[in-house]
Amino acid sequence: MVFVTQPTPTTPRPAPQAGPARGRSETPVLSVRGLKTHFKLDEGVVRAVDGVSFDLYPGEVVGIVGESGCGKSITMKSILRLLQPPGRIVDGEIVYRRPEPSGDSRKRHKPFEADLAKLPPQGRRMREVRGGDIALIPQEPMASFSPLHTIGDQIVEAIRLHEPMPASRAREVAIEKLREVGMPSPEQRFSAYSWQLSGGLRQRAIIAMALACNPSVLIADEPTTAIDVTTQAQVLELIKRLQAEHGSSILFITHDLGVIAQMADHVVVMYLGKVMEQGPVSGIFHRPRHPYTRALLKSIPSLHSEPRVALPTIAGSIPHPLHRPTGCAFHPRCPDFMPGKCDVRTPALHSPDGGPPVACFLHHDVAEEGVNRA
Amino acid sequence: MPEPVANEAGARAAGAGPVLSRADVAPGSDGSRTPLLDVRNLRKHYPIKRGLLSRTVGHVRAVDDVSFQVHDGEILSLVGESGCGKTTTAKCVLRAVDPTSGEVLFRLPDGQVVDMAKLREPELQPLRSQMQLVFQDPFGSLNPRMNLLDIIGEPLLVHGVTDRRKRMDRVAELLTLVGLRPEYMHRYPHAFSGGQRQRVVIARALALEPRLVVADEAVSALDVSVQAQILNLLLDLQRRLDLSYLFVAHDLSIVKHISHRVAVMYVGKVVELAPTEELFHRPKHPYTSALMQAVPVPDPDKRAALRGLTGEVANPANPPSGCYFHPRCKFATDVCRAETPALREVAPGHQVACHRAEELTLPGIDDLEKVA
Repeated sequence: MVFVTQPTPTTPRPAPQAGPARGRSETPVLSVRGLKTHFKLDEGVVRAVDGVSFDLYPGEVVGIVGESGCGKSITMKSILRLLQPPGRIVDGEIVYRRPEPSGDSRKRHKPFEADLAKLPPQGRRMREVRGGDIALIPQEPMASFSPLHTIGDQIVEAIRLHEPMPASRAREVAIEKLREVGMPSPEQRFSAYSWQLSGGLRQRAIIAMALACNPSVLIADEPTTAIDVTTQAQVLELIKRLQAEHGSSILFITHDLGVIAQMADHVVVMYLGKVMEQGPVSGIFHRPRHPYTRALLKSIPSLHSEPRVALPTIAGSIPHPLHRPTGCAFHPRCPDFMPGKCDVRTPALHSPDGGPPVACFLHHDVAEEGVNRA
Repeated sequence: MPEPVANEAGARAAGAGPVLSRADVAPGSDGSRTPLLDVRNLRKHYPIKRGLLSRTVGHVRAVDDVSFQVHDGEILSLVGESGCGKTTTAKCVLRAVDPTSGEVLFRLPDGQVVDMAKLREPELQPLRSQMQLVFQDPFGSLNPRMNLLDIIGEPLLVHGVTDRRKRMDRVAELLTLVGLRPEYMHRYPHAFSGGQRQRVVIARALALEPRLVVADEAVSALDVSVQAQILNLLLDLQRRLDLSYLFVAHDLSIVKHISHRVAVMYVGKVVELAPTEELFHRPKHPYTSALMQAVPVPDPDKRAALRGLTGEVANPANPPSGCYFHPRCKFATDVCRAETPALREVAPGHQVACHRAEELTLPGIDDLEKVA
């Protein structure tokens, strides 16, 4: 039996097909290593994120996909250090490497490398990174804007917080950003309130705000879940276009496998706070290795599937976070469950053959050390 | 299934309600030709009131001249984007809101047809057992202070099953039907996951043996892995109990999977209505086609530019002239800007409200597949 002490580092990836700026030989702009975020409650400890590792390379879109309770949003909040108590990062690293400022950047900040998990959340450095280097496109644009201030003023506030400049100059930047995201008549919309805009325009405004300081990493947390399909298509196209123009790296969090397939270069599949498998998008969709990924892909009806036949389902439901199964978190619902093995030891995220890593004993025999040891 | 409570209630109501016609043949044989539900020219306009005297300055045409039929054992989907009136239509059918005008003809078990839109509340009450609703959010639609026995048993109590013993038996039976253990009846909703709660909501809807179930976004709040279970359950129940569904949804993949026929709505109107395969392979309305083009396909090899629509959904209080879709339609001509197209049949069972339906060849899902 083999135990690994360190969470398995993710393998270097071959360069994705498209995009000139996407070198896999470069160092990742964001590396998450063995991240553990726990919530200590009276009833027990909720291990919302329990040993998550992945890399985000420059110019790459990494999709984090999972169902409710898988820890995808808590991962986002951990990276941005926006956790509310009792949530706390108990272990792991979040290494952010600020790249050299590119030509078009207004920023004059020096490159640096820091473990965000170790920074004080309210400290100067973290406040600089949050919004300036790593920006968030949230799910609910309605809840993200203040209804009392115009969207323009809010974007100006964000800009001047990170770069001291006269208000008139910030206003120009804000209008330019609004134009860039395809806001019709941006000069007028600068003075609009969020509740005066339609869902699609509101989402564009929030993207303009996220882009205001030219961040090198964008975290999109279910950015299109609350909007209609035709508007979703517009917003996804917009994100694709902006990504191509700026070469920014995007961490795309969603539960929608269709959106992931259309947007991501690299996919991280999460379940109950753990990474089940990760790899290039085509591998995840065409050659899924983890039984959870396989089952998930089979259970979605597609426009091309046979109508009104029973869909293959995943038995049972997602366990309560306080009643986490022993061993592999997926074993009670797994069709390939091996008694005495999967319910005893927790499989490590390990690549058996140099390929993409997977946390499943069907593919290797590497367990996480110390956890539920037999 | 025990002796249906519903039939009894239906028979009681039949005497009270205004009887419009009577199917001469026995139900089950040729009687199925009369649709179970026949919605004709349904309208629901909400007044916009302004000023001190609350004068009506306009109307939001939430549902504007909608007609469709649901046959026995049929699943009809209403699909469209938010604000298109699909939920309001469903609520009018159930008389959860009172329609402004139009007819909602419902066939009772004995073959009589009543207009639900015209009935007064006391006449309506015994008929309510025939049509039941499955809500979207299983966290909002179950009272946290009631256990499953009370939740599922309440419709039975309202419809006269006063014997607690009988109710318990029926609730146990219903729980088994939806795939939950009968022992759960004494538990409270908080003990159940989203998927299990939705099963409870379905059990409650089926308690009175309805013949029409209105499912309003019944799976959209659920996780992907649970969604398939509930879709399978709905399809299984439909077959076993010979139910008809009015399935309100926005997710085209789910609609394609579950429905026999689909009605596409846009700003309060049905713009296209056709059998599912026909609609998805040969859409005749540019809006239907655009909706299909916008669905992200779960296959990274079929990455196409997702084609959304330009512009915004029209305001139902102040809709554009002519065809409501014309400002967003790339095929719009002068006639589209001037005249409102009527819903007309272009192929057997295929209705469409577009001036140019015959001349246009629009991409359906087959064309989607080709785009690599």
